[in-house]
Amino acid sequence: MKRPPAPLLGGLTILGAMVAFAVAPGLFVPYDPLAFDFTALLAPPSWAHPFGADQFGRDLLSRSIAATAIDLQIALFATIFPGTLGTLIGLLVGWYGGIADAIFGRLVDLVVTFPFLVLVIAIVAILGPGLANMYIAVTIVGWVSYARLMRSEVMVQKNGEYVAACKVLGYSTPRILFRHILPNAIRPVLVYAVTAMALAILLGSSLGYLGLGAQPPEAEWGVLIADGKNFFTTAPWIALFPGTVIVIAGLGFSLTGDGLADLLEVKR
Amino acid sequence: MSAPLLEVDGLHVTFSTPRGPVHAVDGVSFSVGAGEVLGIVGESGSGKSVTLRAIPRLLHANAAVSGQVRWRGADLHAMPAEQLRKIRGGQIAVVFQEPMSALNPVLPIGLQIDEVLTAHTTLDTPARRKRATELLGLVGIASAATRLGQFPHEFSGGMRQRAMIAISLAAAPALLLADEPTTALDVTIQDQILKLLLRLVAELDMALVLVTHDLGVIAETCDRVAVMYAGRLCETGSVHDVFLRPRHAYTSALLRSMPGEGAARSMLVPIPGQPPRVDRQIPGCAFAPRCTFVEDRCATERPRLTPQGEGHAAACHAAARVAEAAS
Amino acid sequence: MSRGTWLISRLLQMLPTFLLIGIAVFVLARLLPGNAVEAMLGERGTDEAVARLTARLGLDKSIFAQLMAFLEGVMSGRLGDSLAFRIPVTRLIGERLPVTMMLTGLAVAFALTAAVPLAFVAALNANRWPDLLIRGVFQVGLSSPIFYVGLVLLTVFAAWLRLFPVGGYGDTLGEHIYHLFLPAMTLGLSFAAIVMRNLRASILGVIHAEYVDFARAKGLRGSVVLLRHVMRNALIATVTLVGLEIGSLLGGAVITETVFAVPGVGRLMVDSIFARDYPVIQALTLVLAVFVSLAFLVTDIVQMWLDPRVGR
Repeated sequence: MKRPPAPLLGGLTILGAMVAFAVAPGLFVPYDPLAFDFTALLAPPSWAHPFGADQFGRDLLSRSIAATAIDLQIALFATIFPGTLGTLIGLLVGWYGGIADAIFGRLVDLVVTFPFLVLVIAIVAILGPGLANMYIAVTIVGWVSYARLMRSEVMVQKNGEYVAACKVLGYSTPRILFRHILPNAIRPVLVYAVTAMALAILLGSSLGYLGLGAQPPEAEWGVLIADGKNFFTTAPWIALFPGTVIVIAGLGFSLTGDGLADLLEVKR
Repeated sequence: MSAPLLEVDGLHVTFSTPRGPVHAVDGVSFSVGAGEVLGIVGESGSGKSVTLRAIPRLLHANAAVSGQVRWRGADLHAMPAEQLRKIRGGQIAVVFQEPMSALNPVLPIGLQIDEVLTAHTTLDTPARRKRATELLGLVGIASAATRLGQFPHEFSGGMRQRAMIAISLAAAPALLLADEPTTALDVTIQDQILKLLLRLVAELDMALVLVTHDLGVIAETCDRVAVMYAGRLCETGSVHDVFLRPRHAYTSALLRSMPGEGAARSMLVPIPGQPPRVDRQIPGCAFAPRCTFVEDRCATERPRLTPQGEGHAAACHAAARVAEAAS
Repeated sequence: MSRGTWLISRLLQMLPTFLLIGIAVFVLARLLPGNAVEAMLGERGTDEAVARLTARLGLDKSIFAQLMAFLEGVMSGRLGDSLAFRIPVTRLIGERLPVTMMLTGLAVAFALTAAVPLAFVAALNANRWPDLLIRGVFQVGLSSPIFYVGLVLLTVFAAWLRLFPVGGYGDTLGEHIYHLFLPAMTLGLSFAAIVMRNLRASILGVIHAEYVDFARAKGLRGSVVLLRHVMRNALIATVTLVGLEIGSLLGGAVITETVFAVPGVGRLMVDSIFARDYPVIQALTLVLAVFVSLAFLVTDIVQMWLDPRVGR
């Protein structure tokens, strides 16, 4: 283990702030994020409203902070669901190989042929807009990356001496798989998952912007920007600040992911 | 004797690594005359390959190089890049140890010869092609015309090394620097390649610097030899003098550890211990901790290279006793 | 195996790929919960209309018969009619697809023009300030959502500075490029970041290779060493990446076209979702997947051309 590098610490700081905003937004918001204030319609950034106010006079700093919870939820759920499914499939395919592996190979080839976002959008279109359906779509499409990582790691691990020892001891296959191989093989998957959270934030806010993800009045950064896009020339701050917040959140996850990869010496 | 082609004078190479500086070459001096074959011998890590690569300035940015390397009197390490470029490949050519990694895997052999000719001659395309075919023939590659269009992975190990030699010879250099050219090859092929090199050196009137860890190869091929240990030059002289009358304790120990060559047909004596780490400066003689002739000053006072007869020099405080023991 | 055989077997692989894409799209369309036809028609769905559309789409037949009919339709180029535009989907997509190709092509061109030289600058100055600056800027680019980058460029360069139009496509090639300039910059940014990152890493892998030292030892000019020996080998790994990223680019095109009101298939896709124009969504998914698989094919062929070890 090396000393944690500065980018990793920066990333973790950003993530820490996000968690704090998500868990206790009330401690940080200067105004009620949903309260209309007709004295501050389209107010530009000022000391009273650092991010400015929108067309209803709602304070954008408060709205951005209040939206953190949804975006953090997107980052977590859009990785945990496909990550868990993919890890399980990768674990089984890597262990059993043979026909399962051949079918898996074809399936992966097929899924990667569909543009990720196009497929997610198509599935959301069929199931209907909203976060729950977005998670379903991301799971259907996104498990492949995790499964591929897990599969190749399991292929290496299953030839390890500790696995042979487990077999000699007569351990059951589930016990070998979940108690012994899984903990040893999961490191690259976890590191990838952190990086994937950055992508999940971008995906979630993009769908929010298109009107296919989080639905108003749910406060989500992409939805905030979509709200502000018609005022972009006259009141650019409505979209500008939530957009900057997305960039910072994305950086938080990608710096953390890269830093962890270096620290844990995971090759990507 | 005319002025030497190549003079290396006080060469130092220090690599900066994450764990601090490593003194890979520590004050090495030697010279090579026209048509002469010089062997540089040492264990792995003795700095012999680094010395060779430092001559035409092939080391990377992490290497700090000082000292002079004079080619026909001009300092290679002080001259402008364009002048150096014309000497590299044109007058001084290099053969590396691993032909598989030294040949570019995605370019046909013909092109890899052709680009040397383009860089150093004024030949037109058909003339370069003719010359490339001749070169492959010269190094003993059959059906040269077909071979020109093939890629390195379509050649066998020995053929690849022949091809690399052909590339190096393309612009008729006056000096060939060969870095363990046979180490990566099968034993039977090693001998063929060595014989090929010697024949070419004689036919084309080239000088050769041959880096190897194999004293047998030196004995077979070289006029003179330089023995290196821990980045330092221990002993230099004619192969005859150094092998029969070693004046450095390390040379003497090395000869006794090798079968069949050198000091009488006696028992093989392995050298005890390990070569020192070169990540800090050694005040005295680097070989002192393993030396059977060691005296007090060896630990504190660095021995200088001192003449031991005509063209023979050694850097050993115990040179006289080593000489006594060898005779 | 000769390269010819390799190429033929690679081409033959396309057939099962196309078939699987077709089946996958068919299955996808059956995910529609409840009565698909009612969902499609929405408020327009009188009983009579539902019955008529059910029969027209063949949904009263068995699943297998439906699949066969669908695949047959795909192969003969019949993908049904758009519910919103009332014209054949193939015609609709045929009109819009060139716009998206143009946008994607320009984005790739912009991205490579920026990323390839910058990757060299970064790699040759590894861990010094030019490298850190380039990597830092692209790291931010990689974390920026496309719609946000688009909005910023739109406001600054189109609305404030009036250097570019705020949307549309124009009529001549010159106008196309003029209209697509900002969208292509937007779409190309994250692609450039990914290519730069990957190419920098492969250059660093190649630059200390023995054959590069040997090339220098041969007295080749610096430009020859860099282009023929470093760049060509480094690009081999990057070409694969470019192919794999075509899918992300098409996904990004959906958002870019929405932000800039570009009349391509991406915008058509989003419009169709809100219009519940399922035949168009289904056909677009199919067409884009086929396009990506063709991009993979082209990548493999370029790879074969760059790397003589492939297919021998």
